[in-house]
Amino acid sequence: MVAARHRPRRPFRGWAWAPILLVVLVAACQGPFPQSTFATTSRSAQDMRDLFMLIFGLAVVVFVLVEGALLFTVIRFRARPGAPDPKPVHGHTPLEIGWTLAPAFIVSLIAVPTVSAIWRSALNEPENPLRIEVVGHQWWWEFTYPESGVRTANEMHVPQGRPVVLEMTSADVIHSFWLPGLAAKRDAILGRTTRLEFTADSLGEFMGQCAEYCGTSHANMRVRVVVDAPDAFDGWTAAQLAGSVSPDSLSSLAREGLEVFRTPKTPATHSCIACHSVSGVSFGVAGPNLTHVGSRTRIAGGVLENSTENLTRWLDNPSAVKPGMGSQMQSGQLIGMPDVDLTPEEIRALVAYLESLR
Amino acid sequence: MTATDTTVTTHEYEVEAPHGIWSWITTTDHKRIGIMYGVSAFIFFLMGGLEALLIRAQLAQADNTLVSAETFNQLFTMHGTTMVFLAIMPLSAAFFNFIIPLQIGARDVAFPRLNAFSFWVFLLGGLFLNASFLVGSAPDGGWFGYANLSSMQYSPGRHFDFWALGLQILGIASLAAGFNFIATIINMRAPGMKLMRMPIFTWMSFVTQLIVVTVFPVITVALVFLTFDRLFGTTFYSVAAGGDLLLWQHLFWLFGHPEVYILILPTMGIISEVLPTFSRKPLFGYPVVVYSGALIAIIGWGVWGHHMFAVGMGALADSYFSAATMLIAIPTGVKIFNWIATMWGGQIRFHTPMLFAIGFVAMFIIGGMSGVMHASPPTDLQQTDTYFVVAHIHYVLFGGAILGLFAGMYYWWPKIFGRMLSEPLGKLHFWLTMIGMNLAFFPMHIIGLFGMPRRIYTYSPDLGLETLNLVSTVGAMIIGVATLVFVFNVFRTRRRGQPAGKNPWGGATLEWAISSPPPVYNFTVLPEVRSLTPLWTDNGVSEIPDHPPAPIHVPGGSYWPLLTAIGVLILFLGALTRIVWPAALGVAWTMFCVFKWAYEPFEV
Amino acid sequence: MSEAVAAHYTSTGLDTRKIAFWTFIGSETLLFGTLITTYLLYEGRSVAGPTQHDILNIPLTSVSTFVLLMSSLAMVLGLAGVSEGNVKKARIWLAMTALLGLVFLGFQAYEFTHFVQEGLTITTSLFGSTFFTLTGCHGLHVAVGVIWLSTLLVQSFRGNLGSDKTTTVEIAGLYWHFVDVVWIVIFTLVYLIQRGGGA
Repeated sequence: MVAARHRPRRPFRGWAWAPILLVVLVAACQGPFPQSTFATTSRSAQDMRDLFMLIFGLAVVVFVLVEGALLFTVIRFRARPGAPDPKPVHGHTPLEIGWTLAPAFIVSLIAVPTVSAIWRSALNEPENPLRIEVVGHQWWWEFTYPESGVRTANEMHVPQGRPVVLEMTSADVIHSFWLPGLAAKRDAILGRTTRLEFTADSLGEFMGQCAEYCGTSHANMRVRVVVDAPDAFDGWTAAQLAGSVSPDSLSSLAREGLEVFRTPKTPATHSCIACHSVSGVSFGVAGPNLTHVGSRTRIAGGVLENSTENLTRWLDNPSAVKPGMGSQMQSGQLIGMPDVDLTPEEIRALVAYLESLR
Repeated sequence: MTATDTTVTTHEYEVEAPHGIWSWITTTDHKRIGIMYGVSAFIFFLMGGLEALLIRAQLAQADNTLVSAETFNQLFTMHGTTMVFLAIMPLSAAFFNFIIPLQIGARDVAFPRLNAFSFWVFLLGGLFLNASFLVGSAPDGGWFGYANLSSMQYSPGRHFDFWALGLQILGIASLAAGFNFIATIINMRAPGMKLMRMPIFTWMSFVTQLIVVTVFPVITVALVFLTFDRLFGTTFYSVAAGGDLLLWQHLFWLFGHPEVYILILPTMGIISEVLPTFSRKPLFGYPVVVYSGALIAIIGWGVWGHHMFAVGMGALADSYFSAATMLIAIPTGVKIFNWIATMWGGQIRFHTPMLFAIGFVAMFIIGGMSGVMHASPPTDLQQTDTYFVVAHIHYVLFGGAILGLFAGMYYWWPKIFGRMLSEPLGKLHFWLTMIGMNLAFFPMHIIGLFGMPRRIYTYSPDLGLETLNLVSTVGAMIIGVATLVFVFNVFRTRRRGQPAGKNPWGGATLEWAISSPPPVYNFTVLPEVRSLTPLWTDNGVSEIPDHPPAPIHVPGGSYWPLLTAIGVLILFLGALTRIVWPAALGVAWTMFCVFKWAYEPFEV
Repeated sequence: MSEAVAAHYTSTGLDTRKIAFWTFIGSETLLFGTLITTYLLYEGRSVAGPTQHDILNIPLTSVSTFVLLMSSLAMVLGLAGVSEGNVKKARIWLAMTALLGLVFLGFQAYEFTHFVQEGLTITTSLFGSTFFTLTGCHGLHVAVGVIWLSTLLVQSFRGNLGSDKTTTVEIAGLYWHFVDVVWIVIFTLVYLIQRGGGA
């Protein structure tokens, strides 16, 4: 038998919880958290949050009771020197029944609202929804509005108060469209169409990102959703449908940039027009539509602020911003944008052109 | 029936364990195999931990560039794969091997050479997987390797081949061990040891093996499909050919969910032994704990869809999987209450194994809470694929399985090595671990709910989550330090540890009736068991003399298990390199070795 | 307890090898179950290549199925021969079992090569991939069985397959019958009950 060199001390569990409390305090004093699942601004996200708070509340109660019982037991029944061996108790059937039924009851408190929420959202037929087709690519999001014909990328505009239905698929691997404040998430799967619905209650700009590991730059596949007032949304739609800026109204530098954009390069995959569309100039579909790229708040799949400096940085070395860009698939096709080998002057001109594409 | 002569003092029939490295390479002794599993698995655990520390170091700051995206993706993939398949499973196997035959009063497992084979295949599989680092092709598709990212099209190169083939090698080891232990537990229990008199650790391990043999074939098929797609161009996961990417997910999670019960049930068994011993009271509700374990395994077969709530399976499927998952919470809760009731009214001694066991219960409760949250699809749609899940996983797998495994290590160390581990170092290890793990994993609940997805090599400072990530990293570092304390304890007590007697903790089960470490033949005579707690009951077990009263046959070693395992490795190397001759050689070599093994004169 | 008794003590009175083997059979059931389920899930979804309706030859496969069924009968007789100590009977019927197994494999080989000539390979379509993997896996199991039986036959000729080896042969029989039953399921679900439109 091991010599009792140590007095049986109570394991002062309080110490273990102190760091946790510290953490919670630190968390509470931080913020804002723009991608938080608690910053809900739609009915569906709100429902999810309410259900979560219910479950969380029950969890706290159960936690306090059970951990409390554990703590109490561990302190109260610690060995006292010289005490006799405890009575061997093998079980107690009524107790077993009791503590089988109790969790069953608590679980039903969660199961009922859960199943009800599932069916409520499944059977919900929104009135006059705005349909948006979403296609996930490595590593950017493509949006098409069948109603108006708008095609854009990475930045989605929706009108406040009108139900939005996203019909989603992927062009390559599985992605997941996650918009914490508005709509939770749904996977985008090649060969299938999945659906996500939400109605935005408040104006604003909301952050989201891909939530299914999709390759090297999964971390860099982000999305912005802008909730506009209904007229502002109409305005945005009209602007998106307008053709690209006319060459006459371009500055001389931007006109040079247009030339850089238009000129085919060798290899062909280094030509802008091979992959990008600009209305009236090119028709590429492999990459994001750039007709109005100048009007977006972010570039490169939502990773960088849309600024001269960042556009330059991006064009100079895309794979430094998003690792994996330009890598080859088995078919020889490239993922994303390769390093297109532009001279600094070409980049300056191209940036001026892109900025003019409002 | 009693032993022939309880006063045998003659050493006439004593048998010594063989010495030297060759005796270890050819060993078929379950005790040595258990030790080898334990040492190998612990080294893999340290590697997985290093991977974790690198991950956390990278994530301590937003937009960090400590490691590249490619490296990070390999790190998190290998961390998960290593911890599940090369650390927790084989650490559990170490205990299955060493302890189960002792607990049931047997001299060894049913098929000792098959047992050795399982170990060597595991070791070679682990080396195969990690060799990928040496050629810059470590798996990088996550431990769950979703199609179609796993296809040759989107993952050219050998990363996924190492992964798919490595897991298949490990699957062979697990299946072989499964058949072995099921046969052992069913048929080699000492006289009088009815199933409902088996120690609870053996019971939970038995249930675990039943899960293994039913569920590993499913992942084997899934991986074969993936390997065929990659090697030969078949169409199992090809959308262009009309296939469905979700086939992979269904098959993987049909395996993957029961796999988590494979990970946790043995350690639930361990703490179900430790808690009674250190409370000096038998396990409360032993039959209920047994049935709960079995129920968890059975229901666990039917909940795999809860990993796929974001996929859009439809309201009916979502509702069913949600309800079934919540159902599992009930037997799990019942076990927790039985553990608390075991301690209630006891005389609790807080030696290190007990601290870890109590820590298990405390942390598993938290993990269970987040689990129930995941069970509800509407809330899960926010939580899945975020750090909230990472928090859940680590509370149940680290706070649960790992703490439970440490409890087992401290508990059975004296039996295995004949020496006590240092108590003060053990307590330091425990407290550092508790602080470290809660600091590391609790913030992840918040990080996830506040918008950080998982499996990302970096994140934007705009998310506002840098401080919490830093706190988590500090916690991870503390876990690292805690683990080093354990390693130090192990080395320090190798020579200087206090020698252990037969039953240093006052345990109730058969392994505590024999010397520490046990003699090579385990029991001088086959005991007859008359109680669930044989050593706590008067006349609970027949007398076991200190020396054998009659000759005991101890099987010799064999090199065929290792050679056969090497044949398997060669076959898979052929598949990896896509060169025919090693594949053919591997098949031929394996077949040859199997024949020699089958006809080798070997008596159990 | 004497050492000899201890060495052979069992908790159930059953042979440990048999228990292990039944467990193995249970595991194999899931292996084939997964392959068959995948076949059924993908049935009718192929977009190219010959379909099951075009290419499966039920009359021919009925013959090979019959052959396999008869091999199970041969196995039963072979086992009877071993347990009776009737060396001649054992050898004839074990050899017959292996031979019929080989005939079955011959039919499979013919079927596979014929399909390839007709334009169905393992990479052609979902049907090709699932069909060849499923039946190929089964064929592999038959081949292993044939090798196993041949080994027993060799042992018999060395005078090593007396009635004391009954359990060993019984386990081989168990394996053989299992492989046969799996084939019956495959034959029914793949050949006889064809659903789905196909290309």
